[in-house]
Amino acid sequence: MNQETGKLRMICIVCPLGCELEMETGREPKQIVNIKGSRCFKGIEYAAREVADPRRVLMAVVKVRDGHLPVVSVKTDEPIPKRMLLDAVKAISRIEMEAPVKAGDIVIGNLMGTGARVVATNNMRKAD
Amino acid sequence: MKKVLSDVLVLGAGAAGLAAASKARELGAPNVVLLDEKEEPGGVLPQCIHPGFGLHYLKEDLTGPEFAIRLFERTRSLGVKVFNSTYAMELLAHKGRRVARAVTPEGITEFHSKTVIFATGAREKNSFEIGIVGHRPAGVYTAGEAQTMMDLHGAMPGQEAVIIGSGDVGLIMARRLALQGADVKAVVEMLPYSGGLARNVQQCLFDFGIPLYLSHKATKILGKRRVKAVEIVKVGDRLEEKPGTEFEMRCDTIIVSAGLTPRVELLEKAGARMDPATRSVAVNELLETSIPRVFAAGNALTINDLVDYAAMQGEAAAKSAAGLTQSRRLSSDRWRPVVKGRNTRLVVPQYVSGRREVSFYGRVMQPEEDVYLKVPEIEVEFRQLRVKPAEMLTFTITSKEFRKLKEGKITVTIEPKQ
Repeated sequence: MNQETGKLRMICIVCPLGCELEMETGREPKQIVNIKGSRCFKGIEYAAREVADPRRVLMAVVKVRDGHLPVVSVKTDEPIPKRMLLDAVKAISRIEMEAPVKAGDIVIGNLMGTGARVVATNNMRKAD
Repeated sequence: MKKVLSDVLVLGAGAAGLAAASKARELGAPNVVLLDEKEEPGGVLPQCIHPGFGLHYLKEDLTGPEFAIRLFERTRSLGVKVFNSTYAMELLAHKGRRVARAVTPEGITEFHSKTVIFATGAREKNSFEIGIVGHRPAGVYTAGEAQTMMDLHGAMPGQEAVIIGSGDVGLIMARRLALQGADVKAVVEMLPYSGGLARNVQQCLFDFGIPLYLSHKATKILGKRRVKAVEIVKVGDRLEEKPGTEFEMRCDTIIVSAGLTPRVELLEKAGARMDPATRSVAVNELLETSIPRVFAAGNALTINDLVDYAAMQGEAAAKSAAGLTQSRRLSSDRWRPVVKGRNTRLVVPQYVSGRREVSFYGRVMQPEEDVYLKVPEIEVEFRQLRVKPAEMLTFTITSKEFRKLKEGKITVTIEPKQ
């Protein structure tokens, strides 16, 4: 970010097109006054969120006892604050589940007070 | 020898193969058989645990495993016969049928079919293919191997990683390693631009403060038993090494992400016409190879940016194959070559009839801004704000637009604004 001119560049991550957004921020540091480069309205929404409160969907794996593989993949069901990602992975790494697991099973009901749930994204059957 | 008969035989249960098998059943092919070398269906999808799959094909943002589950549930509910742990070794012809000879848990089996769809995916290029010298210490992986270790088996490949090549899987793994607490020292890319999607450079590298070394090349792996460091050098415009710019970067793990090669050795051995640009088979708009009644789809056909494109190609091939189960010949079309013009690295399909609508997939050689993708013979043009080698171009030409076509070839070319 270039503080002097209040200009900001970022690549939109909403879809694979990867629009290169150019923004001018207003006096309020978390406000955008002008934006160029977005090919759709989602990019403008993304930029506004990214400046005010950047969030990401987190994906990780969770240990499974007696599964046909040792871990099952999980994700947060909504984006969580970007600054919490590394701590959230540590919290998820401490969990251990028991096979079988179904995609959609809730692993954590409220991840570190964010309100986001951690859900399994794959099925895991019991080891033969 | 055991024999299994089918109308449509699909090789590979990844995104393209699962979509192909389901579509063939939906279009009325009575007997559809799907072979896959792995124990579980899904191809690489189960280990791609990040979101971003299915936005076009299913109109939903799913992770890889979720996308695979959706595809497989459809395949299963439609009564496709699935053979897991089955590896096709050879493609033969026998009494007007196509025959895939395969190793199965019950021994060698011959799969006889009216039609075959190759959805065999791609393999990763390894460190030997990109000219890195040195010993062979532990700690050198392809991006896909690292992904298998971390996301299917829960094991860390190492703690200090350097990623060579900036393809999408390498970028995704840079983020996975960083999230899991590893120190990702750098992503090293020989070309002056990233080989992956722009959004992955943003959300996988810049989000985590991982440096991207463009126009840099890894030349040597140091370390005997375990990787100790990698030697890196700057390269110029013609990729020549710049003397005096060498430096060492300490690391215990090297992840090679140097792109993918379609897995079509069986087709090549069977004599199918190849296209050096895609390093795969050449196909017509029905996705049929030069071997009649044999089709290709997904990364086996051309390396796709999105799983959605692979699934859509699977469905397109299934439509052609299912059509053949009713009639002996697919079409009596004369095939015209698709010629590559300016700044055009590859175009699929390589042959068209000019009689039906065609979905094209293409890639450029060089990044450019504000250009037109043109097909001069039929006066069609599409404006492109940006073109990049890492980003696939997709466009459709309707049968109406093709009506202007007279004799001969069509050309796909990227032209600057007049």
